[in-house]
Amino acid sequence: MTAIDSGVTSAPDEAALAHDFQETISRNDRIEPRDWMPEGYRKTLVRQVAQHAHSEIIGMQPEGNWIGRAPSLRRKAILLAKVQDEAGHGLYLYSACETLGVSRQQLTEMLISGKQKYSSIFNYPTLSFADVGTIGWLVDGAAICNQVPLCRTSYGPYGRSMIRICKEESFHQRQGYELLMTMMRGTDEQRAMVQESVDRFWWPALMMFGPPDNDSPNTAQSMEWGIKRNTNDELRQKFVDMSMPQAEALGVTFPDPELRWNAERGHYDFGQPDWDEFMQVVKGNGPCNAQRIEHRRRAHEDGAWVRAAATAYAARGPLVEEAAQRPSRDRGAA
Amino acid sequence: MGDEGRDYTAEGGHGAVPLKDVPTGLGQGGDLGGPQPEWPLYEVFVRGKRGLNHVHVGSLHAADDRMALLHARDVYTRRNEGVSIWVVRADAITASSPDEKDPMFAPSGDKVYRHPTFYEIPADVPHM
Ligand SMILES: [Fe+2]
Ligand SMILES: [Fe+2]
Repeated sequence: MTAIDSGVTSAPDEAALAHDFQETISRNDRIEPRDWMPEGYRKTLVRQVAQHAHSEIIGMQPEGNWIGRAPSLRRKAILLAKVQDEAGHGLYLYSACETLGVSRQQLTEMLISGKQKYSSIFNYPTLSFADVGTIGWLVDGAAICNQVPLCRTSYGPYGRSMIRICKEESFHQRQGYELLMTMMRGTDEQRAMVQESVDRFWWPALMMFGPPDNDSPNTAQSMEWGIKRNTNDELRQKFVDMSMPQAEALGVTFPDPELRWNAERGHYDFGQPDWDEFMQVVKGNGPCNAQRIEHRRRAHEDGAWVRAAATAYAARGPLVEEAAQRPSRDRGAA
Repeated sequence: MGDEGRDYTAEGGHGAVPLKDVPTGLGQGGDLGGPQPEWPLYEVFVRGKRGLNHVHVGSLHAADDRMALLHARDVYTRRNEGVSIWVVRADAITASSPDEKDPMFAPSGDKVYRHPTFYEIPADVPHM
């Protein structure tokens, strides 16, 4: 995009720019790509949006694992649509991130070289078909808790991507819950499969909200900038409160002996996930880290010839037959 | 959990991601070079239904116009969000100014007489 300088402005000094930026944030207005912004704001956003995008892209793999083995055409079509949505989410977010001044190539490179991370949840394997349901219900459910407040984030392109994404997430959660409901109406073996899956995913789902607030000192700055709207613990509590009645309706339990209603607080009390495990998984020592990155790298490298071919085709211009079909005004003065 | 656990935000959407010690790639130049230059960026506009304007919905990379249209369909209209799509190469767009609140728009700021509310008409005059 090129911009025409209106010629009226003289370059304002940094303090005035910072003041304007802060005013925009305080008015609850959005920051747009070509506005001046503090370097810290830009960097924090790039890290958050890039890694959010990577999470969507890597997030296709655990469920993609079951597309070829879905038990019915109906389930296969649903799963395909869901995984395709996640690819779309990744693309919306990469676009938003690029408006901050990084290129798609750089982002891809930083993902497959492991310099940037993605959500730890996708480093757990999907061992049974019930996991497809549990991921939709709990993992996309947790994502909804995270993402709904982000629709009001202060950076315009990020917020707009989140609005699109949130519209699609509710399909993800409902198809997962419905899948589990169907299995719960089946045999004892199927019910056991659902419970086993929920047992495996409950703690990793709670970890999705990040470490407790007193271990997240950056939260305050992000909230001041309007990038972040709720703390990790607030969101985790909200998720537990939402999930308990859903588990009861489904007929499953969560593997936490401390989980109980606290009438005084008006919330459920619950135990802490194993934060050492979380740190290990984020660092790259989870069950599937190497496999996820390797798969993404292979897809990128195997696709190189397709990208090269498309570039060559574009450079060559339209084919002769195509040109012949165009209206004559395209061919000059005729 | 000590210092290690610090600076993770929940709001990586699909789960917590680190915010400290992660490179951003900012200031390193866009194109990494190599045998494959990046495909051009296109801006995508969708007409939601007949009777509405095309509205900007986002952007994408494509090798050429036709691929941009096909990708736009797959990325931005998976649920009947549109009846028509425009794609425009981002470098073909001319924008008003680098700043959204530039003096470019000042001339319309002080012309209150362009708005109907500027004129006082007695309340009992009908259909005004
Ligand atoms: Fe998603
Ligand atoms: Fe999702």
